[in-house]
Amino acid sequence: MTNQADPAASVIARAQSIVEDLTFAEVTRWKREHTGALAVGYMPVYVPRPLFEAIGCLPVAVFGGGDRTDIIRGDSYFQSYICHIPRSTIELALSGALAPLDGMIFPSTCDVIRNLGGMWKMLFPERYGAYLDLPQNLTPALGGRFYAEELRRIARELEARGARPLDAAALREAIAAENARRALIDELDELRRSKPWLLRASEAYVAVRAGTVLPVSEHVALLGELLAALTRREVRAYDNVRVVITGAFCEQPPLGLIRTLEKSGCDIVDDDLQLGLRMIEQPITVGADTDPLVALAEAFLKNGAATACRYIDKAVKGDALIAKVRAANAEGVIFTAASFCDPALLDQPMLERALTSAKIPFTSFKFAENTGQYQTIREQAGAFSDSVKLWGGTP
Amino acid sequence: MSGAAAASNVAQKDDSQRRQKEMIADHFAKLERAKEDGRKVVYTFVPGNLTELLRALDILPVLPEINALQSGMRGKSAGYIAEAEKAGHSEDVCTYVKCDLGMMLSGNVGPTGTKIPPPDLLLLSYTGCFTFLKWFELLKEAYKCEVAMLHVPYMPDGVVTPDMRRYVVDQLRDQIIPALERVTGKKLDLDELARRLALSRQAEDDLVAVWESARRRPSPIDGYFGGVYYIGPMFTAFRGTEEAVAYYRSLKAEVDERIAQKLGAQTPDGPIAQEKYRLVIEGPPNWTSFYDFWRMFSREGAVPVASTYTRVGGLYDTGFRHDPEHPLESLADYCLGCYTNLGLPSRVDLLERYIKDYSADGFLINSVKSCNSFSAGQLLILRELEKRTGVPGAFIESDLVDPRYFGKANIENRIQSYFQMLEARKEPTRAQPQSGSGSVA
Ligand code: SF4
Ligand code: SF4
Repeated sequence: MTNQADPAASVIARAQSIVEDLTFAEVTRWKREHTGALAVGYMPVYVPRPLFEAIGCLPVAVFGGGDRTDIIRGDSYFQSYICHIPRSTIELALSGALAPLDGMIFPSTCDVIRNLGGMWKMLFPERYGAYLDLPQNLTPALGGRFYAEELRRIARELEARGARPLDAAALREAIAAENARRALIDELDELRRSKPWLLRASEAYVAVRAGTVLPVSEHVALLGELLAALTRREVRAYDNVRVVITGAFCEQPPLGLIRTLEKSGCDIVDDDLQLGLRMIEQPITVGADTDPLVALAEAFLKNGAATACRYIDKAVKGDALIAKVRAANAEGVIFTAASFCDPALLDQPMLERALTSAKIPFTSFKFAENTGQYQTIREQAGAFSDSVKLWGGTP
Repeated sequence: MSGAAAASNVAQKDDSQRRQKEMIADHFAKLERAKEDGRKVVYTFVPGNLTELLRALDILPVLPEINALQSGMRGKSAGYIAEAEKAGHSEDVCTYVKCDLGMMLSGNVGPTGTKIPPPDLLLLSYTGCFTFLKWFELLKEAYKCEVAMLHVPYMPDGVVTPDMRRYVVDQLRDQIIPALERVTGKKLDLDELARRLALSRQAEDDLVAVWESARRRPSPIDGYFGGVYYIGPMFTAFRGTEEAVAYYRSLKAEVDERIAQKLGAQTPDGPIAQEKYRLVIEGPPNWTSFYDFWRMFSREGAVPVASTYTRVGGLYDTGFRHDPEHPLESLADYCLGCYTNLGLPSRVDLLERYIKDYSADGFLINSVKSCNSFSAGQLLILRELEKRTGVPGAFIESDLVDPRYFGKANIENRIQSYFQMLEARKEPTRAQPQSGSGSVA
């Protein structure tokens, strides 16, 4: 299939160029079109984007510099045994690439991002920086109330810097828009599960990730365009092994690595890349008499995805991953954690044991966002897919 | 995480040390008999520990970090870590966790050689370290036991807000206390809790007096290597007990006596001959080569006069005390104020204060591979402190309990060069400037 013949090629290429643009040109454009409005960056994994949209801000995910940034100063801020994303983020910040952002939110993903928030405050005292403590206590009257207060605080702080005051009607609207986006992402995910050859994981990845720097309305349009184009796409089906990727919810593997897995005979039918936009697993419902902020907070408590950076409370470790594998009719799991990522790597043995009990084969490797050599990974993934095909895998 | 009481081979034993050793032996003996005695056992962490609450319900606490560090000191950690890595744990992650899991897989025999019983409850006080969550998820899987989770919000700006305090108090009242009552079958006696908080307060006053004694020249204490013994009872199973009050009373009397005799800090080889350099230390010590590490300082006449590691289980020298009049609020404030729960800017402020208040000639950061909570950002702390104080810093890397990451020769070289630089700064005729940077990193 040539690009001319591919009805989805142009929208995917556009999404990829947005994802790869480390100058945040889309953000600059948006700011030009919305004079005086604030663009607020945030680190992975999750912030409730509707809150920011409701107060007229553009939430912008910052996933570090990927494999397209030379680290010149960033390494002198982090020891070698700390993952890569904070050093490339510092590199971007010191080089001025984050200048379009009026501030940064550091959610409570892990201690590295938490401390990066403190570094931001020390390095850029004149710019807005806030820590967002997502609740680990999942009881609405406790964690829910605390979290709602956290969100109100951030809204107030941004209002003091020029954002619109938080308003229930605007928040309802932003939540509805987020639900619409979520429904389209669900459609894409469903398509990947049912016809993985029609939309490769690497393509879905850029299409979803592009939305992390766009206003929700533009992302909804982009996803709509992609879904429409896919109905016209004609692609040959391959006899690949169906796998789920897990562990790459924060630092992102380079696109080349995802493509390498695809080329090694794997159809990635589900993953936790871009978990931020998938964190809330159901539509956020706001009853007529409900405070939408409370609904937004409780959605995280009740319908937040099971991931390593979130306490699972009464749930059973591994159950969510097994359910994901079953729902996707996957034949195996590839653990793909960033090197030195404590949350993912501490979670992994528990997940592996759960998969072993469920007789689901798995393999694992580590990466850094700037990994450039894929040969070993290609061989490992190839061997894994062969073994799954031939023997059903050996967990 | 805490340095505690594995003081067995320090050359000179004071009354306080003997006392601490007995307290620990007695505690582990009680743990071994817990089942027969019908007492409940709760595992919990050092930062944000709720010892008074546990003691008020006659619960015996187990602190897995302390077991890990003591395994490190007894030369057992390498084997335990290997055991955990064999069971699938990554080389990249916190070695305290792996050491503890390895110990569990090897029969759960504690530092005094007695068996540690399995937990009746895991009290996950999530304070200042994300790894705690994962650690107890792993133990929950292994022991199939209930977890009571207390989410202590992080203090990015070093300020306890009313929302934070309320969140912690509400969790204590609505979830933690009921879970402890359920496990023990007892009702919490609030008067007993208040009584224990009053005991904590007394001990905390004495501990602060001990810390502050280091403002003197010579300092009568070593606020880091020695300090890890001083925090033993306070950070582990004994806060809020009469034994802890007696321990700190006797420790303070010993320090007063040293002051009266104008004695310098205690070292593994007796009192220090001459106090040449006064240092502030950031980061935990290495436990596998603890005495070698200590001697790298003491033999050069370098005395740690203050350290942040000795504040991970409670920061008392900025004024906080447990308050029997406001039990739950003060437990909340205690948890919130633990050192690793403070934002990086507040950590820098505290270190700056220590450097100035304790008239330090330098500061050293021991960056441990295990601990993202401590380590991420320490290179910026180094720069910022040098900028603010004009005092040079040194930066070394090691690990807590994984001997593979304690490069003795390398660390010793760095420390030696650092002391040479400090020496040169004392003599203005030599080339080094008196202010500005000059770190050994
Ligand atoms: S990759 Fe892992 S350790 Fe690194 S910042 Fe992300 S969650 Fe934290
Ligand atoms: S990461 Fe640090 S604070 Fe957390 S358990 Fe490990 S050593 Fe302790």
